[in-house]
Amino acid sequence: MARELLKGNVAIAEAALRAGVEAYFGYPITPQTELLEHLALRMPELGRVFLQAESEIAAINMVYGSACTGTRTMTSSSGPGISLMQEGMSYIAGSEVPAVIVDVMRGGPGLGNILPSQGDYFQVTRSAGHGDYHPIVLAPASVQEAIDFTMLAFDLAEKYRHLVIVAADGMIGQMMEPAELPPMRPLPTKRPDWALTGADERPKRVISSIYMSAEAAERFNLKVQARLKEIRRNEQRSTEYETDDARLLVVGYGSAGRIAHSAVVAAREKGLKVGLFRPQTLYPFPEASLSKIISRIQGCLVVEMNAGQMIEDVQLVAAGQVPVRFYGRMGGVVPVPEEVLAAIEQAYDSMSELSLAAPA
Amino acid sequence: MQEEFVCAGFGGQGVLFAGQALAYAAMDAGRSVTWIPSYGPEMRGGTAYCVTVISDQIIGSPVVRQPSAALIFNIPSFDKFEPLVAPGGILAYNTSLISQTSQRIDITQVPVPATDLATMLGDARMTNMVLLGAMLTAHPILPLQAVEDALRDHLLAKRPERLENNRLALAQGAEFVRQMQAEAV
Repeated sequence: MARELLKGNVAIAEAALRAGVEAYFGYPITPQTELLEHLALRMPELGRVFLQAESEIAAINMVYGSACTGTRTMTSSSGPGISLMQEGMSYIAGSEVPAVIVDVMRGGPGLGNILPSQGDYFQVTRSAGHGDYHPIVLAPASVQEAIDFTMLAFDLAEKYRHLVIVAADGMIGQMMEPAELPPMRPLPTKRPDWALTGADERPKRVISSIYMSAEAAERFNLKVQARLKEIRRNEQRSTEYETDDARLLVVGYGSAGRIAHSAVVAAREKGLKVGLFRPQTLYPFPEASLSKIISRIQGCLVVEMNAGQMIEDVQLVAAGQVPVRFYGRMGGVVPVPEEVLAAIEQAYDSMSELSLAAPA
Repeated sequence: MQEEFVCAGFGGQGVLFAGQALAYAAMDAGRSVTWIPSYGPEMRGGTAYCVTVISDQIIGSPVVRQPSAALIFNIPSFDKFEPLVAPGGILAYNTSLISQTSQRIDITQVPVPATDLATMLGDARMTNMVLLGAMLTAHPILPLQAVEDALRDHLLAKRPERLENNRLALAQGAEFVRQMQAEAV
């Protein structure tokens, strides 16, 4: 299929459609509204369910109900709406039903603004609701990745019967870029063996997230933890650029990652040995690949469009082996490559001073 | 080589469309390209704008602080972007609506009565294509034909009856700049 100029939000919606999403429940919020608009147009054309709920709380609980029937289901929102969805997200995780949620992040906290941000990193990677679990989190850095990761999100959700969040931001959602859409996938012909489909001619099935006894709840938690361990083993994804001989490693994801890429190219042109590590999964964090690189570099610079959130995951991997510095912009300010380059040069200089000062 | 075009004006002047025409033309020419609109509070008062980045490399940021080229359609956009054009860059602006002039000598200026020229063609809505035709003649990073093809194949694929007017408007802007250049010699 030919490459087209596609807007991120529309590309995600169309990719979800081609991945076979059968039901969408949502509530409009900038900067993701075109996603909902595109599905409002396309879902009825294909005889699928599009429903604009009265609120994000209603939408996520509709997602929960729909997912319980084994129907391929999604919603999308941005920070304030994602906050309202927390309880429902935890219930979905506690019920082991697959669902896909897209968070097109905007400036916060509070009502904040509608401009691009990565301020929801903690919210989406640490728990996404109460209780003891992590959703799988995918972070696209281009419109093409937004398409690919949306397709992947449905696969992972169904493979692990787990919640998957695609964490984009206003820049990825609003920009147009050449990208290629995959062909339309066939819809599932039969429902999974756990789905609530009506118990006319079979024993009844129950989906719930309530465990009255501590022992039963712990057994369930152990099962969730075992699944998360498997996810951590199988699903870490990342890309690298010029890391082989790098002394300084820049780490950034999504929009910040692609902006950092330009800054790393410019730093290389100046002769600095700098590489880029871009996590594509935020949970599981790609610690195996990062750890290998960290063992051979002298310093890290984490770049984010927030006050420093993923830096905690980088610090856990670095475990004090190398200094980890930070450069970030907040509140919807998108850093340009020139200022990231300046931060790289500063980090590089201080690293050289450190290694000069270190005993031979 | 990277070029960053900002197109800015009132909502309804076709600034987003002009930026997209440029983006499609660049994509079809095999270049890397990004297009991003202003979608924040600024679009609720005075200036709607978009940035089209065209490059031979992977484009890191679709957002730029100092564009290398600006197509300016109204006064608020002139006030906002005239100071931001990168040194050595180019500023094409619609003198039909903008009475100010720029004092900058470190940029190339292309003043074009775009709305008047479009009105003479019978359709003021073609202001955007007049200014784009002028820009691409003063700063020929893509042939006008590439924009015409992009309009035909993408943006106006379902409205072919509008192609001719857009083509005439592009040509009108180009002709205005060629005359201006001839007079300057």
